[in-house]
Amino acid sequence: MSDLKLRPFKFKSTHDQVQFLENPEFESVSFADKLKSSNLYPLKPTGIDILQINVGKMCNQTCHHCHVDAGPTRKEKISQDHMQMCVEIVKSNKIKTVDLTGGAPEMHPHFRDFVRELKMAGAHIINRCNLTILLAHKSYADLPDFFKEYQVEIVSSLPHFSKRHTDRQRGDGVFEKSIMGLKLLNKAGYGLKNSSLKLNLVYNPSGSFLPGSQQELENEFKKQLFKDYGIEFHNLYCITNMPISRYLEYLLTTDNYESYMTTLVNAYNPAAAKGVMCRNTISVSWDGSLYDCDFNQMLDLKVEPKNSQSLKTFNLEDLLSRNIKLGQHCFGCTAGSGSSCGGVTS
Amino acid sequence: MSNSYYNDQDLAKFGQISEYQKEMGDKFFSWYGAVFAEGALTAREKSLIALAVAHAVQCPYCIDAYTQDTLQKGCTEEQMMEAVHVAGAIRGGATMVHGVQMINKAKKLSM
Repeated sequence: MSDLKLRPFKFKSTHDQVQFLENPEFESVSFADKLKSSNLYPLKPTGIDILQINVGKMCNQTCHHCHVDAGPTRKEKISQDHMQMCVEIVKSNKIKTVDLTGGAPEMHPHFRDFVRELKMAGAHIINRCNLTILLAHKSYADLPDFFKEYQVEIVSSLPHFSKRHTDRQRGDGVFEKSIMGLKLLNKAGYGLKNSSLKLNLVYNPSGSFLPGSQQELENEFKKQLFKDYGIEFHNLYCITNMPISRYLEYLLTTDNYESYMTTLVNAYNPAAAKGVMCRNTISVSWDGSLYDCDFNQMLDLKVEPKNSQSLKTFNLEDLLSRNIKLGQHCFGCTAGSGSSCGGVTS
Repeated sequence: MSNSYYNDQDLAKFGQISEYQKEMGDKFFSWYGAVFAEGALTAREKSLIALAVAHAVQCPYCIDAYTQDTLQKGCTEEQMMEAVHVAGAIRGGATMVHGVQMINKAKKLSM
């Protein structure tokens, strides 16, 4: 699998994807109307507690569901100037948490300096580590100790405790390397009972269905991973697959798009809508643009205030009073128990 | 599934069975929800039981519904197929155990 522009994907631009998703032929109910019925429209922020920074699209993996369309052929990466702006924004606005994502964030040549500076700026740092990067090259081998030194919280995708499900979604051989990566993190003290070194896993359904109960899946993951591999972790976050990018391609090529969207719409939960992550997060792209969430970023739907759409013009007051941009893909975050980068929202 | 007694889109219309008998329909769905809630058995265990029973009663709607439900609950295909074998074993066993009745009758009728 390579990036979507190189394959016969139906949509060559993010604009095409948005137009397709907003086509009223498929959905009789708009997401905005659903929010109106829950008295949540227009959707407003509750604060900016998290700055989620997508440092680049380069990745050592090419997962089938990746909404970033990341992979080894992608070269986009955040500049050092933009990194410095992020640090200043965190400092001056007292943003509590920085959530680093990609691609594989660790592949950015200035990743470690960025973590150090963000830490000095007073932020709690979350790093979305794909696990296999820890084994990809000897220069990454000391990452668990580096993470430990800066008390970086690790959030790692592992779609299933079975090899078949994981490899089907993330590529052949990923499961075994992920298990090795988890063992390295456990060895460094991550994920152990009572350890302050947080290791959380992410479950994405490996197919066209919604995640089940987060608590029940966490119990099962803990039981199976400890029994088979002696692995420990803290929490499991369930994330619903968004009908965009590679996952949209999968839904369309397997004739699952309509039934998946119907499932998302029928599972709309007002309580989940109230807690969606865009209400307390700003998402930053590799080129310094600002978005309501990582999914809007991948659809190139920038934040509403025209005078605060980039790091250079970041304005807390404008961003706090903005209306969050919505689309039909947002049903992915409000289905069932809800979905966010931190798991369920209700 | 066009021109068939079964239409897979009817599964989503399950709620319509309350038409004509709303009170009984409401009671059924309330009871159904309670049956599948976490209890002495986990919701996951109940879903696997439902998948096995769906095969035993050969209900295509139930097979679709509980294949999806067991996947959502993190079950593996191996676990799901074992559940189907349990259904098969009970159906096969139910046939075979009647062989004792055949033997009894044959012995009674024979010299």
